[in-house]
Amino acid sequence: MPRYTLNVNGQARTVDVPADTPLLWVLRDHLDLPGTKYGCGIGLCGACTVHLNGVPLRSCQLAVSTVAGMAITTIEGLSPDGTHPLQTAWCEHDVPQCGYCQAGQIMTAAAFLRGNPTPTDEEIDGALAGNLCRCGTYARIRAAVKDAATAMAKEGAK
Amino acid sequence: MKATPVSRRDFIRVSALAGGGFALSLSFPGDALAQISQALDDTAKVFTPGPFIKITPENIITILAKNPETGQGVKTSLPMIVAEELDADFATVVIEQAGLRGDVGAQFAGGSRSTPDNYMLLRRAGATARAMLIEAAAQTWGVRAEELSTDKGRVIHAATGRSLTYGQLATKAATLPIPDERDVKLKSESEFKVLGSRVGGVDNPAIVTGQALFGIDQKLPGMLHATYTKCPVYGGKVVSANLDRIKALPGVKDAFVIEGTDNINGLLPGVAILATSTWAAFSAKRQLQVTWDESAAGAHTTAAYAAQAEALAKTGGATVRNDGDVAGAFASAAKVVEASYFYPFLNHATLEPQGCTAWARDGGIEFWTTSQTPGSGRDLVARTLGIAADKLKLNLVRAGGGFGRRLANDYMVEAAAIALRTAAPIKLTWTREDDMRHCFFRPAGFHHLRGAVDAAGRLSAWHNHFVTFGYKNTERPASSAGMSPDELPARFIPNYRLDQSLLSTIIPTGPMRAPGSNGLAFVMQGFIDELAHAAGRDPVDFRLELLGPDRVVPPSQGQRGASYDTARMKGVIRLAAEKSGWGSPLPRGEGRGVAFHYSHQGYVAMVAHVAVSTDGVLKVKHVTAVADVGPIINLSGAENQMQGSIIDGLSMAWLQEMTYDRGRAVQTNFDTYPLLRSTETPGMSVHFIQSANPPTGLGEPGFPVVPPAICNAIFAATGKRIRSLPITKNDLSWS
Repeated sequence: MPRYTLNVNGQARTVDVPADTPLLWVLRDHLDLPGTKYGCGIGLCGACTVHLNGVPLRSCQLAVSTVAGMAITTIEGLSPDGTHPLQTAWCEHDVPQCGYCQAGQIMTAAAFLRGNPTPTDEEIDGALAGNLCRCGTYARIRAAVKDAATAMAKEGAK
Repeated sequence: MKATPVSRRDFIRVSALAGGGFALSLSFPGDALAQISQALDDTAKVFTPGPFIKITPENIITILAKNPETGQGVKTSLPMIVAEELDADFATVVIEQAGLRGDVGAQFAGGSRSTPDNYMLLRRAGATARAMLIEAAAQTWGVRAEELSTDKGRVIHAATGRSLTYGQLATKAATLPIPDERDVKLKSESEFKVLGSRVGGVDNPAIVTGQALFGIDQKLPGMLHATYTKCPVYGGKVVSANLDRIKALPGVKDAFVIEGTDNINGLLPGVAILATSTWAAFSAKRQLQVTWDESAAGAHTTAAYAAQAEALAKTGGATVRNDGDVAGAFASAAKVVEASYFYPFLNHATLEPQGCTAWARDGGIEFWTTSQTPGSGRDLVARTLGIAADKLKLNLVRAGGGFGRRLANDYMVEAAAIALRTAAPIKLTWTREDDMRHCFFRPAGFHHLRGAVDAAGRLSAWHNHFVTFGYKNTERPASSAGMSPDELPARFIPNYRLDQSLLSTIIPTGPMRAPGSNGLAFVMQGFIDELAHAAGRDPVDFRLELLGPDRVVPPSQGQRGASYDTARMKGVIRLAAEKSGWGSPLPRGEGRGVAFHYSHQGYVAMVAHVAVSTDGVLKVKHVTAVADVGPIINLSGAENQMQGSIIDGLSMAWLQEMTYDRGRAVQTNFDTYPLLRSTETPGMSVHFIQSANPPTGLGEPGFPVVPPAICNAIFAATGKRIRSLPITKNDLSWS
């Protein structure tokens, strides 16, 4: 079985898995990183969103053979202590209902805010349109992203 | 991989002992933490007045969360009730999820029952513990209990300024007799500090950092990953399968046929694959070739059902209720309206697909399950596989959505049957396609309606011929396919008739969020709207008049439904109208629609405001929702449930339909069974009338009201009446 060395959350991790294994399942089954979720397996729901070199992508659509050497960030590695402004805002707004989609929502939002630190509501909704929330927490997600953007701007101004 | 998983509780309590925070705990091995934690439990110093509360001398207050958490928020809201009467600081208590046990009352998540069934039980549990802690302090200080008060986990003697934490009193309290709960005084609602406040979900920190929480996240030493493939035609048996080829695939440990049973809600026949990883199992599943016995498929096709329903509508049907003189009222009516309504089959589509982890050993099985009805799941496994129920241990883990899907325990009995074939623990994970195909679908329904308004513009007669489904029969409605003879407007108008006909189906049906109501409200509130317009009446006024004077309308004789408090319903309708600006002018192509519905003890009204472009593009601008479910437990959770119900209701009304082709589900993923997206989120305002009634649940009653509010608004905007869902099948263009 081929061996791949992945750069996950700043650490080199080696796995022996078939070349076509989606990154999603490498993370979940082989690297003990269960925060990235399986929802649809066809790149439609966004629950499996991770950052690849900073770009939010669907890990269910990324074969492990294609991501070796690139910087992979998962929800577990978004911040060292779980205090990324989005994570804080998510708790302050009590966003989750079941919570299953939220890691994917946060990962998409984190990459989005890097490119657009002062988004409008419409831009937030647009950026997150690929992340489904079955429980319907979109309004709180929007509010939390907006607050996180404000918090990050303040942090950056310091 | 450690054998003993470290719980959040172990983390917190040992961290507290060590004087540090979470980061410190990370440097200790998990089993050492668990060992210390266990030692703490072993001392007689811990105060455990019943199953719900544990207080250690180190002042760790643990509250048990008794029911399954599926996103409805009970892991937070039920412990809040205990903490209120205990007078503990909710921010510092440790919440522990219960497994299935025998001493905490029924443990299930369904029927919006968690709040009404547990409110008094949990209040008394908290109040009993508080009374004992006060007594312990009274004895310690040699003062009378009446001189003492409590606040945020301390007993206070105001006269002398002394106070002790509950932890400091735990050892003494543990020696006191538990008082009769009838002697324990409960707080008055004006004294509430926790209840009615906004409290974030207790699992939020773990959710936003991606900790292992959900069913699919469970991991055990040496665990194998399982898939289970069933016949796409429901209940079809395995004739043959290419098992030898599957067993030779990389990572596959075993593959075998499970004979199954003919219980559609239980263990259906199928092929199991056990592999070393989820992907190995999923990949092997793609190579699986099964010859099924599909002889049941027949004409079970959506279009055929529609044709049969139309034919049945021309027959009489069985009369289920016949009040007054329906024929006479139609004969003397000022206006008569006829219309046929349809709502389709639906899928719960929880974002976490069904699955279950199971470990068979020592003659029993341990489960890590997301079931909404774990007790029924245990009994199903025991019955189906011949294992004594007391040999089955159930851990309840957070579910990535329930919506009624997990009231069934098919995935659990499948996991059990697979686990029995290996010494290793197994995790069964359904693919999205498995989950879409194998559901207990919200049944479709056909309603053929005639309604009359009299010369005074009042609703005077209503005749519905309801064509629904029976499971492999035409005598008894299938699960969740029935309709109460008390369904509105029965009991509220003098002349009412309900006839019913059944189509036989092999499609499995079952409860989905507000079962029955989730389709019926669309029909009733839509047709009431048609009659209001026919009468030339304002839709709000027409509804208020239909409900009549303030009174409590009991269920009809022989019916099991609840009483209907017209004052509460009129209250939510009036407030929804007021808050939405009902009656104020709107531009052309925009409109407001009103709807109300009572279900699961909750009174809900909504006003939707939509805009429809001339070429028929719908935009839902705003939904105003008002609910009366008595006092609110957790305001944050309650608002979240109502907003979620609005989005979910929009999803179903606008976008969703399951169809069938020769007994097989056609839709298999979110490409053909869409969910509403963030860009379609309307503005939402949610209001609660916190009436002085016992608090009731909020997971369900909002959901049914959304489709009729939207469709009635579309009519107001365009003059086009939506009588068939989903809305996307209708042309909304206007000029």
